[in-house]
Amino acid sequence: MLSVKNLKFQYDSSTKFEIPDIHLDAGEELLIIGKSGSGKTTVLNILGGLLKPQQGEVKLGDTILSSLTGAKLDKFRGKNIGIVFQKPHILSPLTVVENLKLANFFVGEKGAQNLDLLKELGIFDKRKSKVTTLSEGEAQRVSIARALANHPKLILADEPTASLDDENAAIVVKLLQDQAKKFNAALIIVTHDQRVKDHISKHIIMGGLV
Amino acid sequence: MNMIKLSWKYLIAKPLNTGLNILLLALGLAIITVLILIQDQFENKMTKDAEGVDLVVGAKGSPLQLILSSVYHIDYPTGNIDMKDAMALSKNRLVKNIIPLGMGDNYQGYRIVGTNHDYLALYDAGFESGEAWRKPFDVVLGFEVAKKLGLGLGDTFIGSHGIGSSSHEHDEHPYKITGVLSEKGNVLDKLILTSIESVWYSHDEGHDHDKFEADVSITGFPETDEDREVTSLLLQYRNPIAAVQLPRFINSKSALQAASPSFEISRLFELLGVGVKLIQGLAVAIIIIAGLGIFIALFNSLKERKYDLAVMRTLGASSGQLFIHIVLEGVILTLLGAIVGIAIGHLFLAVLVMQNEQGAISGLSAAVFLQEELWIVGYAVIVGFVASLIPAWTAYQTDIAKQLTKS
Repeated sequence: MLSVKNLKFQYDSSTKFEIPDIHLDAGEELLIIGKSGSGKTTVLNILGGLLKPQQGEVKLGDTILSSLTGAKLDKFRGKNIGIVFQKPHILSPLTVVENLKLANFFVGEKGAQNLDLLKELGIFDKRKSKVTTLSEGEAQRVSIARALANHPKLILADEPTASLDDENAAIVVKLLQDQAKKFNAALIIVTHDQRVKDHISKHIIMGGLV
Repeated sequence: MNMIKLSWKYLIAKPLNTGLNILLLALGLAIITVLILIQDQFENKMTKDAEGVDLVVGAKGSPLQLILSSVYHIDYPTGNIDMKDAMALSKNRLVKNIIPLGMGDNYQGYRIVGTNHDYLALYDAGFESGEAWRKPFDVVLGFEVAKKLGLGLGDTFIGSHGIGSSSHEHDEHPYKITGVLSEKGNVLDKLILTSIESVWYSHDEGHDHDKFEADVSITGFPETDEDREVTSLLLQYRNPIAAVQLPRFINSKSALQAASPSFEISRLFELLGVGVKLIQGLAVAIIIIAGLGIFIALFNSLKERKYDLAVMRTLGASSGQLFIHIVLEGVILTLLGAIVGIAIGHLFLAVLVMQNEQGAISGLSAAVFLQEELWIVGYAVIVGFVASLIPAWTAYQTDIAKQLTKS
């Protein structure tokens, strides 16, 4: 389902990232772990189609992601890749459910499953709230719901547990795993957080041992 | 969710900012709206009231004043002329029709104008009720006069000397209303019309009851063997040559002055034009400032919104959609500004008209919508589009990865 081959990227001559090949089937999970500066966010950006690799190929399903450009890439990303950021980044002028609907709108989806999604993530009651009235945990769950709003094939999570305590970190990881299984999507979590290791068996370590 | 709704949500997330931008633009556009409305209606009204009057003859003085007082009944007359001179002029072969006017009195600020029935025919006046005057001191009220004063057929009143409302009353003889004109939307609506004889007799010292019972003249000049005066004459030319010869002929005679309404009015608009241009310039300056305000607001908001824009891109928005998103914000702002501006303009004019019941402005209407106002909307949208171009371009070029990784 997801295959990454011979990926190379460098910002300048001193920082050069060699990125290991990745093969992931639908429903599989992967943890990319590494300290800051090891290039793990760069990997996430390349996998999400936010950054173009200088070499190599990213293939999701039948589409070679790394060869798409412009609006085609944007639509493909919106439809097939759900990204959960370290900070929730909910669009503050919109309500919770409007944030989901916006994700639907950009790829032309109806968003029939939005309310179920909010129910499952336990934020149904907050669907008409603005982000400013949400707690950090709730906001995090909204950002997960938004990433899942278009039933992506690939879920990317960037440091989703960084600002959470042990208990909540475990809950969030579990949540991501459950949803990925439910949608039969591949899940990649990028983090420096050692706690996540206990929950996901398949690891890639970047920038040497942590 | 769609692009318009998205932009709208971002606008109402900052109500103060949005409101002030709309208001500033609306003020500029309101000034333009008022100017357009007044100019259009003034010109329309001025042209309509002067229709059929080729030349006005009166006492020496300012030709513009003569036109304003005799055709539009807004300025003071230049004085009176000897009726013998006037009658001599009516025999001129270049004159097709001549209507004498006698002015000098008012009732509650509405001018009492002595004339003959030709004056009614000139404006094709119809009667709401009653009929035209037959005897001295019979009067016909303009539609608005009757409505505002609450007078009707058979009522009587005593006129005051002078043409402003504060002058002293004639206590001699009351006027009797024999007719009320139907609404025409022209100068007649605000006049009280009567015979020339009524105006004369109300200023005479003694009472001559025989005269008061005699019929007044319906057309032409009143018959009299006394030395009498009239205020001015409305003339129609018999042929185009008259336009060349007649004014020169009249002006060369020492006692009389001739003035052409169309010439004087275009001169008036030329004089007013400087002021109108100045106000227009001010309005344009306000609109430019409003446009700049919108530009600055959008550009500043972009700084804090770069993250939002990057997130939208990750959700599947193309850079073109972000461009549209920002442009729509500018266009929605200015569209609302235009609508509010036009509304304020009409409201302002309505208040202006309400406060000037008898002046030159009182004949205007705030309930008229012109095609030019659609142009205002068009221009406003263009302002919004131009003001949002640079911010929209910046949004278009937002580098998502760079934006999302710097926190």
